[in-house]
Amino acid sequence: MARVHLWSSLRRFADGQEMVEVEAATVGQMFDALARAYPGLAPAIAAGLSVAVDGEVIANSRSAPVRPDSEVFLLQRLKGG
Amino acid sequence: MAKDEITKGYRLVGTRPNRPDGLDKVTGRARYGADFSLPGMLWAAVVRSPHAHAKIKRIDASKALALDGVKAVVTRADLPTGLEGEDLNLQENTLAGEKALYDGHAVAAVAATSQLLAQDAARLIEVEYEVLPHVTDVDEAMKPGAPVIREGAADYSVPEGMHPNVVRHMEFGHGDVEAGFAAADIVREGTYKTEATHQGYIEPHACVGQMGEDGRGEMWVCTQGHWYIRRMSAAVLGIEAANLRVTPSEIGGGFGGKTTIFMEPLTLALSKKAGGRPVKLVMSRAEVLRATGPTASASMDVKIGMKKDGTVTAGQVMFRMQGGAFVGMSPIGEALPCAFACYDIPALKHEAVEVLANRPKAAAYRAPGSPMAAFAVESLMDEMCRELHLDPIEVRLKNAAKEGTKSSYGPIYNRIGLVETLEAAKAHPNYAIRLGPNQGRGVASGFWFNHGGETSVSLAIGEDGTVQVSIGTPDIGGSRASIALMTAETIGIPYENVRVNVVETGALGVNEPTHGSRATFASGKAAVEAARQAIAEMCRRAAAEWEIEPEAVEWKDGAAQPAGPNAGKFPPMTIAEIGAKMGGTGGPISGHHETNAGGVGASFGTHVVDVEVDPETGRTTVLRYLVVQDAGTAIHPAYVEGQYQGGAAQGIGWALNEEYVYGSDGRLQNTVFLDYRIPVASDLPMIDTVIVEVPNPGHPYGVRGVGETGITPPLPALAAAIAEATGARLRSLPMSPPKVLAAIKAKRQA
Repeated sequence: MARVHLWSSLRRFADGQEMVEVEAATVGQMFDALARAYPGLAPAIAAGLSVAVDGEVIANSRSAPVRPDSEVFLLQRLKGG
Repeated sequence: MAKDEITKGYRLVGTRPNRPDGLDKVTGRARYGADFSLPGMLWAAVVRSPHAHAKIKRIDASKALALDGVKAVVTRADLPTGLEGEDLNLQENTLAGEKALYDGHAVAAVAATSQLLAQDAARLIEVEYEVLPHVTDVDEAMKPGAPVIREGAADYSVPEGMHPNVVRHMEFGHGDVEAGFAAADIVREGTYKTEATHQGYIEPHACVGQMGEDGRGEMWVCTQGHWYIRRMSAAVLGIEAANLRVTPSEIGGGFGGKTTIFMEPLTLALSKKAGGRPVKLVMSRAEVLRATGPTASASMDVKIGMKKDGTVTAGQVMFRMQGGAFVGMSPIGEALPCAFACYDIPALKHEAVEVLANRPKAAAYRAPGSPMAAFAVESLMDEMCRELHLDPIEVRLKNAAKEGTKSSYGPIYNRIGLVETLEAAKAHPNYAIRLGPNQGRGVASGFWFNHGGETSVSLAIGEDGTVQVSIGTPDIGGSRASIALMTAETIGIPYENVRVNVVETGALGVNEPTHGSRATFASGKAAVEAARQAIAEMCRRAAAEWEIEPEAVEWKDGAAQPAGPNAGKFPPMTIAEIGAKMGGTGGPISGHHETNAGGVGASFGTHVVDVEVDPETGRTTVLRYLVVQDAGTAIHPAYVEGQYQGGAAQGIGWALNEEYVYGSDGRLQNTVFLDYRIPVASDLPMIDTVIVEVPNPGHPYGVRGVGETGITPPLPALAAAIAEATGARLRSLPMSPPKVLAAIKAKRQA
C-alpha cells in the first residue's frame, strides 16, 4: 500500500492521521481512493492538488504511476511564472 | 567560463549560436501584440472603477452609444451567468458584477472606429457607485472590524473563528519544533514584510479579437500561453474552446503575468456585438499597473533555532499573503514549501493564510512566493550568522540540502546542486574583494521547483533535409534557440537547419503556457522525442531502399548508416537525400510527441552582492553582483546567463525600489514607470554569472529550467548587504532611500 502524507490542515478530514495508506497504481487512483475513504478530502482534491511521488514532484498527472511501496506527499497545486 | 569547461561530449549543446529572433527584433520586424491589425478593425477602451470597493448601482451607456462611430458597449450583463470557482473569478475580473473590488476594476468596455473615439466614448459611460469601506493592507484586512470583501468566500481549509477575509489556510511540518528550539544555542524571531510588485514587462497587454454571430472566433494576442487564453476566454464567454482559435504574437516579457486573461475576452464580446468586426485592445501602462496581476504582498513571522557552530535545529514560519480580492491568487502554496527548501533541518513548522484585500487579482510572478519566503527566512539566517560571527556560506553549506535529504516539504531530493552553487560562490573572486567604508556584502540562496506539464510538439522533415519544429510554448527567454540546438544535436544536423515556430492553438494538442521554467525543459524534451521518432522513420526509409531490416540501420551524423557486419555496404544516406525522396518512399516524414512531462529537476542558486550606501541620503548603489545557479545543463549558455541576470535585475528592483503605493482612498498612486521605479541600466552593475551544471537525470540533455530561481535570493542578499554597510537591518521592502535613511538615523539614535 502506498503511504500518502497529508499536510496538517488536511488531517482533520482523515481522522487526524498524518499518513494514510491507500491501494493505487496511479495518482488518479490514489486520489479516488482517498476521496472514497475520507470524503472530507474531496473538496481539496477537486480544487486541484500536486503530489510528490518518491521524490518527484508531479504537478498534474492522474496517470503517473504509484508503486505499492511509494511515499506520496500531497502539495498545493503548484503554479510557476 | 566555468560552464564551457564542464560541458563535454556534445556537438552543439552548450554553444552560443546567434538567436533566431535576433534580426527580427533589432530591425523592428518582429510583430508584438499591438503590431497586429486587420481591415475594418475597431478599437476598444475600458471603463474602470475609480474606487477600491464600491457597489455598482447603475451603468448608462446611452451617451456613448449615441456617438457616431461607436459600435458596441459591453457590461457584465452581456456575459453568461452560472460560472463557478476560478471561471467565476476570471469573469468577475474581466468585468465587475455587483461590486467593483479594486481601483481599476473593469466595469464596461466600448468599441469604436478609432482609439481616440473609443476613449472618448468610455468617458461618456456613466457609472453610479455606492462607495464601500476598503482595505488594502494584508495585516489590516485580518483585523476585527476590517471591511468584509466577499462574504462566505473561505474554502474548506480555513479553521473557524478567522476573519471572513481569510479565505485559505495551510499548515505542515515535521519533527518536534519545540525540542528543536530547546536544543539551539540561540533562538531568534523576526517579522518581515514585502510589498506587491509588478512583473514590469515592457510590452503592455494587447489583443485583437474577432467573433461572428455564429460564435466562432479568433484572437491574436500577446501571451505566455494561448491554450490558457482559449480555455479561459471560452469559459468567461460561455463558448466552446474548439470555436476559438488563438495565435500568439512575439512577446515583450511576461514573467508569469501573461499566463492568464485580463481584458482579452472583451475583444470577442465587443466584436460579436459589433457584427463580427475585429476589435483591438491595447492597455496603457496605467491600466497594466492598476488592473493586471502583480504579485502578492506578504507579512511573515519567522523563528529559527541555531547552535553556535551554525547548525540549524528548528524553524517555524507564519505567512500572511494577499493576492487581491479573488480567492486562490496568493502563492501561499508555493511560498511555504520554498521557505526552508535549501536546508536539511530536523524540525519545521509552516503555516500560512491567504487574505482578501481590495487590490487587483494577483498573477504569477517568477517563482511565485519564493522571493518573499526567502526574504524572511534568509534574512533571519543572515542575522543569526552575524550574531554568531559565522561565515554565511559556511553556515549554508553546513545545513545545505543535498541528494537524499528529506526536503522541508516532504519528498526526498534526488540529485540537486545547491552545495555546488555555494562552493562556486565561495571560490569566486568577488567573495574575496575587500570592502570599503559604507559598503557591505550579502549572501543568500534560493530555490524553485521547476515544472514539466502538458506539452505537445510536432516536427517535420523538409524536402531539402531541413527541419521545422512546431511548439506551443511562446518564446520568452530563448526557448526557440535551445530547442533548435537540442533538435539539431539529436538529428546530427547544423543548428541553422532547424527552425522552431511557436504555432497557434489549432496546430497542436493542448500546451500549458511558458511558465514554471518549463519551456526548454518540457518542449525541448518533447522535441527530442519527436526527433527520435522521425529518425526511426528515416532509418526505415533507408532500410527499404537498401532492402535490409530497419534494425540493421543506425542514425549517425545526420544520416542513415548500415550497422554491423551483416547489414551490407552502403554509403550513408543523408537526411537531405531521404527528404528529397520521401514523396516517393512513403510520403511526408514527421515526428510528434505529447506528454505531461515528468522528470523535473529542482533548481538552486546562491547570490553574492556588494553595495555601498550613502549615509546622507540612504541611496544604495549595487557595486557588484554575482549569480551562481545550477542549470542542469546549459543548452545555450548566453540565454542561461540572460535569465540569471534578468532574475537578479528584477530582484534588485523588488528589494530596493518597487512597490504598490496606495492612498488612504484605496487608489494606486504610482501608475506609471516614472513613479513605479523598476531598475534601469544605469541602476545596475554588470551582473556576473557562474553556470553550475549538475545534470537533471529526468531530461535527455540534463536540463533543469533556469528562469525563476534567480529572482529569489536578491531580496535577502541585498538586505544583508545593506545591514553590513549601515548596521541597520531592514525587514520591510522596498529598502528605498527614505527607509534606509530612517533606519540609519534610528540606529544612530539607539
